[in-house]
Amino acid sequence: MTAAPDLPDQARPTSDALFRASPSRRPRNMGQTIRWLLLFAGGIAMVMPIAYMISTSLKWPHEVYNVNLIPEEPMIENYTYVLEDGRFYLWFWNSLFIATITTVANLFFDSLVGYTLCKFRFPGRKLVFIAILSTLMIPTEMLVIPWYLMSQSFGWLDSYWGIMFPGLMTAFGTFLMKQFFESVPDDFIEAARIDGLNELQIWWTVAMPLVKPALAALAIFVFLGNWTAFLWPLIVTNSTDMYTLPVGLSSFGDEADVAWELIMTGAAISTIPTLIVFLIFQRFIIRGVVMAGLKG
Amino acid sequence: MAQLALRNLVKRYGSTEVLHGINLEVADGEFVVFVGPSGCGKSTTLRMIAGLEEVSDGVIEIGGREVNHLEPKERDIAMVFQNYAIYPHMSVRKNIAFGLRSSKMSKPDKARRIEEVAGILSMTELLERKPSQLSGGQRQRVAIGRAMVRDPSVFLFDEPLSNLDAQLRTQMRLEIKKLHQRVGNTIVFVTHDQVEAMTMADRIVIMKDGRIQQVGTPDEVYHRPQNTFVARFIGAPSMNMLDAEMSDGRVIMPQGQAIQLGGLTTAQPGRITLGVRPDDLVPVESDMLIQGKVTVREPLGSETLIYVDTPGGEIVVKADGRKPPAVGEVVRLGADPANLHVFDRETGMVLR
Ligand SMILES: Nc1ncnc2c1ncn2[C@@H]1O[C@H](COP(=O)(O)OP(=O)(O)OP(=O)(O)O)[C@@H](O)[C@H]1O
Ligand SMILES: [Mg+2]
Repeated sequence: MTAAPDLPDQARPTSDALFRASPSRRPRNMGQTIRWLLLFAGGIAMVMPIAYMISTSLKWPHEVYNVNLIPEEPMIENYTYVLEDGRFYLWFWNSLFIATITTVANLFFDSLVGYTLCKFRFPGRKLVFIAILSTLMIPTEMLVIPWYLMSQSFGWLDSYWGIMFPGLMTAFGTFLMKQFFESVPDDFIEAARIDGLNELQIWWTVAMPLVKPALAALAIFVFLGNWTAFLWPLIVTNSTDMYTLPVGLSSFGDEADVAWELIMTGAAISTIPTLIVFLIFQRFIIRGVVMAGLKG
Repeated sequence: MAQLALRNLVKRYGSTEVLHGINLEVADGEFVVFVGPSGCGKSTTLRMIAGLEEVSDGVIEIGGREVNHLEPKERDIAMVFQNYAIYPHMSVRKNIAFGLRSSKMSKPDKARRIEEVAGILSMTELLERKPSQLSGGQRQRVAIGRAMVRDPSVFLFDEPLSNLDAQLRTQMRLEIKKLHQRVGNTIVFVTHDQVEAMTMADRIVIMKDGRIQQVGTPDEVYHRPQNTFVARFIGAPSMNMLDAEMSDGRVIMPQGQAIQLGGLTTAQPGRITLGVRPDDLVPVESDMLIQGKVTVREPLGSETLIYVDTPGGEIVVKADGRKPPAVGEVVRLGADPANLHVFDRETGMVLR
């Protein structure tokens, strides 16, 4: 706030005038009220699961099925238990390794293929693009069996490679990157060609920096998707050592009883890396980077 | 020796031919401007010279060697785009340095060269800025700097001024012309603005529908247009075109006046088009060419455009701004026979 300028007394607005001058303090109409309510409801719907996750992680096992949000006797032992269990670190590492490699691979391959499909004219280009897009229509549940059979034949079961290979490149990512490269004007690419860059250099030094926001968004999607992936890692892994975090956490407890308080504790801890990834990459999601070098 | 030569250059997209055999020689240090209406193939020609488009037929020579199959970077050219195309994620210095990537200069030499170019374009204090912190004119200057830094044997400009406002455009026009006088590289400049073409060019190339209509100095294309297209395209307001007949080596005007003209290439009787510029028409007492009633006046200050309804159609006349004829007045107009252009009405070609 800057200091109020020295005004003669009559010119100074009275508090009464100020209040009347700001009708926006009161909701202007029904529409606005409804909008606020909807947003509020949405906010609650998103926060509640997280609140319950944290709440449950602080509960004793006998209290887990009580719906109260505040634990009767909050305790921290679940955390010490999970963190002292050596397997947790192993699963955490497995997930981190797989999610990171997959993210890097997607950023690289999706953007390379997206760029090629967007900026080069070659016979069969449309066909390739449609083929890639059409894979989006097949749900993962339908693919896991062929993936499994394939992994079995190649001997990839119960290995990092086995967990990672289906996701190293995604149709969605390719589509996303292709669409973003559309917004990179051909003039940039041609200018670079005249400046003597080869096609790979143009992609890397000119086109890629211009789609940073898309890369950041893709990084967040892919990392989160792989960090939380459950079905395929569950199927392809056998040994506890190869479990990813979600698979590992679900194995807490025994056949008779699921240890929800421990699962929630592990889940609470496992949100930390996703928060970090989000905080790192969301900085890059700034619109308007591309246009700055063109006509103003 | 020609710095740039186009020999029978043809461009086809699939089965449609958009350039039908372009022939042109550009001398070392010459400033050549391609001008023509939208879609006539100016950009296509330029992009073929740059190596951004394949040559369908014909030959392009730069500095005496055929470059048809060379990469853009091997052609010793630089190009400035309409949208500037300076990289938004790099500082001005980096953008200019980009033009030197493929050069074999040593690092200190490159740095010195960048400073030198920035000096010439008077943007030394802008070197560390990002493009988003520059005005349109400054961005265009960066784009020119990136092209200049390599000292190419041919500079290519594709409508570099069309995104600037009118005032800045006039200023940049002058700056580019001065720059050319200073550095002396060969320039091929594309525009659809005939004023830009007239003011900057050593020679103008006028194109239409993928064909060159005329090549000449601004003076030549203005005073001796080869066909009705060039005659109308160059000069504002456009040249007046009047339908007339030719018989016995004389031109018979719609109102019956007959004019004796020397230097006609043909004495064949037939239908012709008589062209006369608005500037060349003057009110006369005798030897009238055509007469009509003034319908509209457009004062421009030093002169006034008057529109005159005649039996041969509406014509425009540039009249003295201090005592223009009134609307409704009947004016008798004449012109020095030396300033009359005679075209064949069928082919549009000049007849003298
Ligand atoms: N990739 C393409 N495929 C098919 N036709 C094309 C292609 N590029 C250009 N053309 C055609 O070639 C002709 C010349 O285009 P060009 O871009 O050279 O025109 P121009 O003279 O630069 O026009 P403008 O003043 O609008 O920039 C046009 O008729 C255009 O439709
Ligand atoms: Mg063009």
